[in-house]
Amino acid sequence: MKKSNFQSFVKKEFLHIFRDVRTMMLVLLIPVVLMVLFGFAISTEIHNLNVAVVVPNKSESIRQAVNRLACNPYFTLVDEVANTDIDPVLRSGKADAVVVFDEDYDRILAQRNAGINTPPAMQFIIDASNTNVAQSGAAYLQQVLAENHTPQQLLNLHLLYNPQMKSAYNFVPGIMGFIFILICAMMASVSIVREKEMGTMEVLLVSPVRPFKIIMAKMIPYFMISCVNLMTILLIAHHLLHVPMSGGWWGIIVVSLIYLILSLTLGLLISTIATSQAVALLVSAMLLLLPMMMLSGMVFPLENLPTVLSPLPNIIPARWYIQAIRKLMIMGLPLSAVWREVLIMIAMIIVLLVVALKRFKDKLE
Amino acid sequence: MPAISVNNISKSFGKVKALDCVSLQVSKGELFGLIGPDGAGKTTLFRLLTTLLHPDEGTAQVDGHDIVKDYLAIRQCVGYMPGRFSLYPDLTVEENLNFFAALFGVSVEASYDLVAPIYRQIEPFKERRAGKLSGGMKQKLALSCALIHRPNILFLDEPTTGVDAVSRCEFWDMLSELRQKGITIMVSTPYMDEAARCDRIALCNEGRILSIDSPTDITRGFDAPLYAVKARNMFELLQRARTVQGVLRCYPFGEYHHIVTDATFNTDNFQSSLNALEDLQIQAVSPTIEDMFIKLMER
Repeated sequence: MKKSNFQSFVKKEFLHIFRDVRTMMLVLLIPVVLMVLFGFAISTEIHNLNVAVVVPNKSESIRQAVNRLACNPYFTLVDEVANTDIDPVLRSGKADAVVVFDEDYDRILAQRNAGINTPPAMQFIIDASNTNVAQSGAAYLQQVLAENHTPQQLLNLHLLYNPQMKSAYNFVPGIMGFIFILICAMMASVSIVREKEMGTMEVLLVSPVRPFKIIMAKMIPYFMISCVNLMTILLIAHHLLHVPMSGGWWGIIVVSLIYLILSLTLGLLISTIATSQAVALLVSAMLLLLPMMMLSGMVFPLENLPTVLSPLPNIIPARWYIQAIRKLMIMGLPLSAVWREVLIMIAMIIVLLVVALKRFKDKLE
Repeated sequence: MPAISVNNISKSFGKVKALDCVSLQVSKGELFGLIGPDGAGKTTLFRLLTTLLHPDEGTAQVDGHDIVKDYLAIRQCVGYMPGRFSLYPDLTVEENLNFFAALFGVSVEASYDLVAPIYRQIEPFKERRAGKLSGGMKQKLALSCALIHRPNILFLDEPTTGVDAVSRCEFWDMLSELRQKGITIMVSTPYMDEAARCDRIALCNEGRILSIDSPTDITRGFDAPLYAVKARNMFELLQRARTVQGVLRCYPFGEYHHIVTDATFNTDNFQSSLNALEDLQIQAVSPTIEDMFIKLMER
C-alpha cells in the first residue's frame, strides 16, 4: 500500500472516532474527569475532621492546645462539651472525635517535662464507624497535640518523597495506568471487532492490503489520541495537582509510550479472540480493568495479598507501569532506575505481539 | 481459460456440509447466477472463491489463480460484495467510495467512467452518511465500491435481498451493463424471477448443485405438462387436486397452485371431478425456473 493510501486508512479511523460523539467524549473527557475527581474530590486525606473538646479548666497550656486544634486546617473545632456529653455529641454526629483534657493537665505536663513517668494527660475518643477516618484522624490528632509533650522522642519519623502524604501523588500513576488500558486496549479492540461484526472486515480482507497494515492503521489513531491524553494528564498533574515530576518529563513520557504500545498489543490480542463488540468489551473489562484495579497496586497495597496470590500481580502490565511512574514521578529517580520495569514491559509487548499476530488470520476461520 | 473454475469442492463446518463436491465453470464475460434458498451454500462458495475460506477438498481457480496458493493474486483482481451491507454507515457516501479506492491503491477519477452509470444516481447524496441511505441506494453504493478498482471478476452475494422491486430491477439492468463491459459476474439470489436475467444459472440446494444451464434450457428440461389451477378455497383445492387421476404433484405457486401431470391427465376430467369447488379455473402454463427447482428438489 502506498503511503497516501495508508494515510487515508488512518483518516478513516479518525473519522470513526470523531463521528461518534459518545466515543469522542469518552476518549477526550474521561482523563480530565478522572484526574479532577481523584485529584480533588476523592481523597484519602482527612479534611475538616469535627472535633469537640472537654476542657476541665482554662489553664494556659490547655488553651494553647485547643488553639492549635482550632487553627489546624485538618480539624474543625465544633464545641466545648461537658464530660457527660461525650457520648451524645459523638452519637449525634456533631463531632467525629472528642479530645478530653485531664484536670491535672498542667501538672502532668510539668512532671513529664521533668522526666517523671506519668499517666496520660489527655484522651482521644474517636468515632470509628469509618475506620479510615478514625485511623487517620487519630494519627493527625496525635501529631498535632502530642508532639510538644514527649520530650524523650522514641523515634524520628521521616516521610520521604511525599511528606504531606498527598493522595493525588498516589492516584496519578494509577489513573494513567487505567486510562491507557481503557483507550488503547478496550477501544482499539472494539473498533477492530466492530469491522468483523459489520462484515466490512470481509471486504477489507478481499483487497490487496495486508492485514498487518489494516491493524496498524487502526492502532495509530488510538496511539495518537493516547499521546494527547498523556500530555493532558501530565499537565493537569503538574499544574493543578502539583505532582512534582521530579524525575524529569522525558523519562515519564518514554515509559508511558512503551506502556501505550503494550496496551495496544493487548487490544489487538483481544480483538483476535472476541467475535463481537460485546465480547470484546467484556473481555477487556474482566481480564484487563478489573485485575488492574485489584492487582496493580493502584488501590490496594500489593503487600496485603496472600502468599498464594502474590505472584499474580507480576503478569499485570499496569503494575509495572505504575511502579515505574511512581519512581519517576514521585521519587524523582532517573530513567535508569526503572530499567527492570521497562524491560518487563518490552518483553510483554514482544510475547503478546507474537501471539496476536499468530492468531490474526487473513481468512474467516 | 474460464474465469472461474470449481472442481469437486467440499467444505464442512463441523457436522454441517455446506458444500458437497461442487463443480462449475464460468466463462469470461458471463453473468452467472447461483440460485437457491438460504442454506444452499451460496455464501460459502463465494467465501471460498474470494479466498476467505479454505476448501476441505477440491480445487478452484479464479482468473487463472488457485484459490489456496495464489490467494493474494486473486485479492488484487476481484470485487466482492458480501451479503450484508458492508460499508461504513458512519462515513458519507463519498468517504466510503474514496476509502475503497484508496484500499486498492487507485483514484476515484481513474475508474470514474466505470462506476459513473451507477454512482451518478447516488452522487446527489454524497454528503449523506451511508447508514442513512435507502436499501436500493446502499446497494448502488456497495456496487460502486466493489467496482472502483476495475476488477476482472465481480462476486455479488445476494445483492438484491431486502431491496424493493423497482431497485432490484434497476440493479439487474446495471449488472447487464457491466457484463457488456466485459466483467465476469457471479451473483447469487434466492429470487427465482431474477434468474432469467443471467446468462447461465446453477440451481443449488443443501450444498449440491442440482443443474447448471441457461435459464431457457433449464426450463426446457421440464418435460411434463404443467397447469395452473385456482379456486375459491385454495387449501381444499390443494388437497383434492392431488387425488385426481394423472396429477403427479401439486404445490402452491403465488396465487395459483401448479399441478404437474402425466399423459393420462385430462382437463375436463379434472374439472368434473372437482366441480364441487367454487370458481375452479385451470389453464396450461409454461414452466418457470421455480417449477424446475421444485422438480429437481423432489428428486
